Amino acid sequence: MSGMVFEGTAHKFGRDVDTDVIIPARHLKTTSPDELAAHCMEDIDRDFINRVKPGDIIVAEQNFGCGSSREQAPVAIKAAGVACVVAVSFARIFYRNAINIGLPILVCPEAARETESGDLLRVDLDKGEVTNLTRGKVYEAERFPEFMQKIVAAGGLMGYVKERQKEQ
Amino acid sequence: MTITEKILARACGREEAHAGEFVNARLDLALANDITAPLAIKEFEAAGVGKVWDPDRVVMVCDHFVPNKDIQSAEQAKLVRDFARRQELGNFFDVGRMGIEHVILPEKGLVGPGDVVIGADSHTCTYGALGAFATGVGSTDLAAGMATGEVWLRVPESIRLNYHGEPGPFLTGKDYILYTIGLIGVDGALYQAMEFAGEAIEALSMDGRFTMCNMAIEAGGKNGIVEPDAVTEEYIHGRFRGEPKYFSSDREAAYARVIDIDVAAMQPQIAKPHLPSNTVPAADIAGLKVDQVVIGSCTNGRIEDLRMAAEVMRGRKAHPDVRVLVFPGSQSVYREAIREGLIDVFVEAEAAVSTPTCGPCLGGHMGILAAGERCVATTNRNFVGRMGHVDSEVYLAGPYVAAATAVAGEVAVPEEAPA
Repeated sequence: MSGMVFEGTAHKFGRDVDTDVIIPARHLKTTSPDELAAHCMEDIDRDFINRVKPGDIIVAEQNFGCGSSREQAPVAIKAAGVACVVAVSFARIFYRNAINIGLPILVCPEAARETESGDLLRVDLDKGEVTNLTRGKVYEAERFPEFMQKIVAAGGLMGYVKERQKEQ
Repeated sequence: MTITEKILARACGREEAHAGEFVNARLDLALANDITAPLAIKEFEAAGVGKVWDPDRVVMVCDHFVPNKDIQSAEQAKLVRDFARRQELGNFFDVGRMGIEHVILPEKGLVGPGDVVIGADSHTCTYGALGAFATGVGSTDLAAGMATGEVWLRVPESIRLNYHGEPGPFLTGKDYILYTIGLIGVDGALYQAMEFAGEAIEALSMDGRFTMCNMAIEAGGKNGIVEPDAVTEEYIHGRFRGEPKYFSSDREAAYARVIDIDVAAMQPQIAKPHLPSNTVPAADIAGLKVDQVVIGSCTNGRIEDLRMAAEVMRGRKAHPDVRVLVFPGSQSVYREAIREGLIDVFVEAEAAVSTPTCGPCLGGHMGILAAGERCVATTNRNFVGRMGHVDSEVYLAGPYVAAATAVAGEVAVPEEAPA
């Protein structure tokens, strides 16, 4: 995830977006990222999958990804082409899952609150910085704890596990 | 230290662990189901690990979309079965031998006090009722756990919730937890441990404690936990296969918050759509027509729950406009319910009684709602589209309210159900 700068259009959601609306259980019959992506956000915004373009950014209020532990939620978002999710806060299992599968996420309350759908955002993951190009404002995001930076640098959790096993 | 800090300290071989620290904890158990295991297996095999760290400590349960609901689900379940056989897992539970994961793991003595458990299912937090640290993770975390027998965790801050007073009639663990989530919100315990204590918890049965810890995740909690006591010891006696490790919080333990709740003043609760925090006394919305009632799930599918529902439904019929579905949480709950005559009560009442499955709770199968339909369920989530169509509604309640509603055809608390 390091060395990444994304620029894309924001799709804004409210608070407590749960993983049931991100990817409804009726679609959990497959592990194919593309099949999951086709239903991404279906129960909260039926047209989302038609509007979203590769590189776009999901912006949300508090507690994004609450509810079920289904990793298919961040998988669907990533496979839908979303480059990054910026939120006021994330539910903890979603947060771990996103890091583990390599979907960039940032906690940046001010940016998340002040962004509207359609705004053009630039996200610099290394600097931990969100720029709202439409509104001309720069925000500082929360840095990943050092421990988690190692997982990110290893390209996700399984990469980190393999590195550690090699060391031992 | 809090009980959660003590359990995690032990699991990483240290004297102490404190909130905010990152630790690598040794696992006592790692769990997955037929929805989360396929992704975990994919990750596990892609990493080329070979064998799981301990085939007796990796547990897989097919419970969500089984008995196989369609061809795709059948393929997923088969993938899990094949993996379990290949890896010679000592604890693989399939149709006929299974139950809802969070009902059968404690029942079969696979979890006990002081254990550290991760499960690729958000309701893994249920086992905190036994004084264990148990938390939900995703499939990749589980894959790493299966490979290494460890999990990385940030030691959580704790919220101490003290429940005082003597509960009135028809008040259950479900009402305590719904009330609590209503009080603090669906992210009120985000990243934190919810430590349930006080004389009302001491007086609560093991089944009631499971229900409460089960829904810690609905407040954003990392784990729910109850300090083990005589009730816990009695439950694990002759059941738990491991060595119990009893911990309790120090008097001077640091808490992020301490909340006191008076259960004497509490009424049976119901959570309106579309968040578990949207709770009101059920009596406040009495009279609201419903189409379906679901009794069961990892939250309320234990024998005590079925006893409560049967107590209300005995000698009565379900309202003609309501479909009532009863899901015992496991084969042994089912058998006990037969032995006690509860299944007879339900069938007499014209309820459908099913083999254990998570099916209806997550809108998987066996009870999907059409547009405009309303359901009162003893399950744990009432999100948009959770049980079917996006324009359907789920109301969450305990077994007494659900059963009274089944009979009345509209939201009701037991006293108000027509005779």
